[in-house]
Amino acid sequence: MSIRERLSGNEAAATAMKQINPDVVAAFPITPSTEIPQYFSTFVANGTVDTEFVAVESEHSAMSACIGAESAGARAMTATSANGLSLMWEMIYIASSLRLPIVLSLVNRAVSGPLNIHNDHSDAMGVRDAGWIMLFSENNQEAYDNTLMAHRIAEHESVRLPLMVCQDGFITSHSIENIELEEDEKVKEFVGEYHPEHYLLNQKEPIAVGPLDVQSYLFEHKAQQAEAMKNAKKVILEVAKDFEKMTGRKYGFFEEYKLEDAEVAVVCMNSTAGTTKHVVDELRSKGIKAGLLKLRVFRPFPVEEIAEALSHLKAIAILDKADSLNAAGGALFEDVTSAMYVCNKHVPAVNYVYGIGGRDTKADDIEKVYEDLLEISKSGKVENPFRYFGLRKEAK
Amino acid sequence: MTNINPNTPMEKMTPGGDIYNSGNAREFKTGDWRSIKPVFLSEKCKQCGLCFPVCPDDAIPVNKDLKREDFNYDYCKGCGVCAKTCPFGAIEMKEE
Repeated sequence: MSIRERLSGNEAAATAMKQINPDVVAAFPITPSTEIPQYFSTFVANGTVDTEFVAVESEHSAMSACIGAESAGARAMTATSANGLSLMWEMIYIASSLRLPIVLSLVNRAVSGPLNIHNDHSDAMGVRDAGWIMLFSENNQEAYDNTLMAHRIAEHESVRLPLMVCQDGFITSHSIENIELEEDEKVKEFVGEYHPEHYLLNQKEPIAVGPLDVQSYLFEHKAQQAEAMKNAKKVILEVAKDFEKMTGRKYGFFEEYKLEDAEVAVVCMNSTAGTTKHVVDELRSKGIKAGLLKLRVFRPFPVEEIAEALSHLKAIAILDKADSLNAAGGALFEDVTSAMYVCNKHVPAVNYVYGIGGRDTKADDIEKVYEDLLEISKSGKVENPFRYFGLRKEAK
Repeated sequence: MTNINPNTPMEKMTPGGDIYNSGNAREFKTGDWRSIKPVFLSEKCKQCGLCFPVCPDDAIPVNKDLKREDFNYDYCKGCGVCAKTCPFGAIEMKEE
């Protein structure tokens, strides 16, 4: 039987790490993820885990230490946010290109500046092309569950890619909610042990990791990474199936909330999905056929599946909690619309950039989005596809 | 480990370019980076032993009798430090 608890998102992530009991955790504190290594260091101090905790001097070093540990044959984890991830950036690419299945807990926060420590997704969007698997979590339960599934996906022989579990800074990381935890023994059995085929500390097989990769080789190695990312799709679903057997909690690439018979729908990630579900329920009670697609697996991006799931709609709004500042819409919008285009599914789509720097995302805002969608579904026309909500503007 | 070369298809290459072998820097011949080369004038050499310790790449072989031999051009990058160090003009730098 699972254990009923009440934990914050950071406690949930730290608890998952405790149950996974990795060989190495190297981390540097940064708001709002600070509590994760903080809680974890108490587990280390109390002897609850036998992890080597490396209190590094920066996030660049945190990721470097994880790379060293993982190359050596150990299971390494870390946690960070925003500018911490920015400082890791160089090593983020090294981790994925060396095919090291490091697991990172990313508590999403705005990348400064001007200085802001509150939630948006600009940190995650900055590394979306870095070759990491990226899972997003609506609440503390999903942050916990995604972390428990992380190693099985990342370490799979056909994948071997690092993975980050995202959750919204403060909104979930610091909010205490009910949660169902699994027993330590069951988690241990589910996650399993890590036995890489090749590793630096194997005395019987001396190896070189990360050698010079000139013009004749890098292209093929990048294509291997891309192939591994495609393979991850199958593995993510297999692991989710096993996880459902253990917990009864079902996961896919995305959650379809009242989407099947919907006429208009919102696509979003993380905690906004919770608010949107509330709005969908309200609208449904008024007879409006509103739906939601909450994306869990952002990398690899489920192109065909998303296009199929949205193809029957009359209008879609894609919500981006990070502005790409490119005059062409947010990253999620670009990915969703591009997926639909290549799958030859045409549905009028509109992009909303919202919640930047921790700006409150209110049910009223999302209700307005659905109102806009109903307008678009009537006319079939999108006047301005690149919009905001929650932004102050001078009245015209 | 199989030999990986510029004709190896991606499916046959190791993930991340890992090399399941040690001491393999030897196989990477860096001599073709050179634009000028040192020429050893053995008749001027007094075997004083000042040149080979300054070579950054171990490209001056020393034999059992502790005497230097001709350059190993597989690895010499033509930096010219040995020529500067030689007190007897026994190393001349020439265009490749």
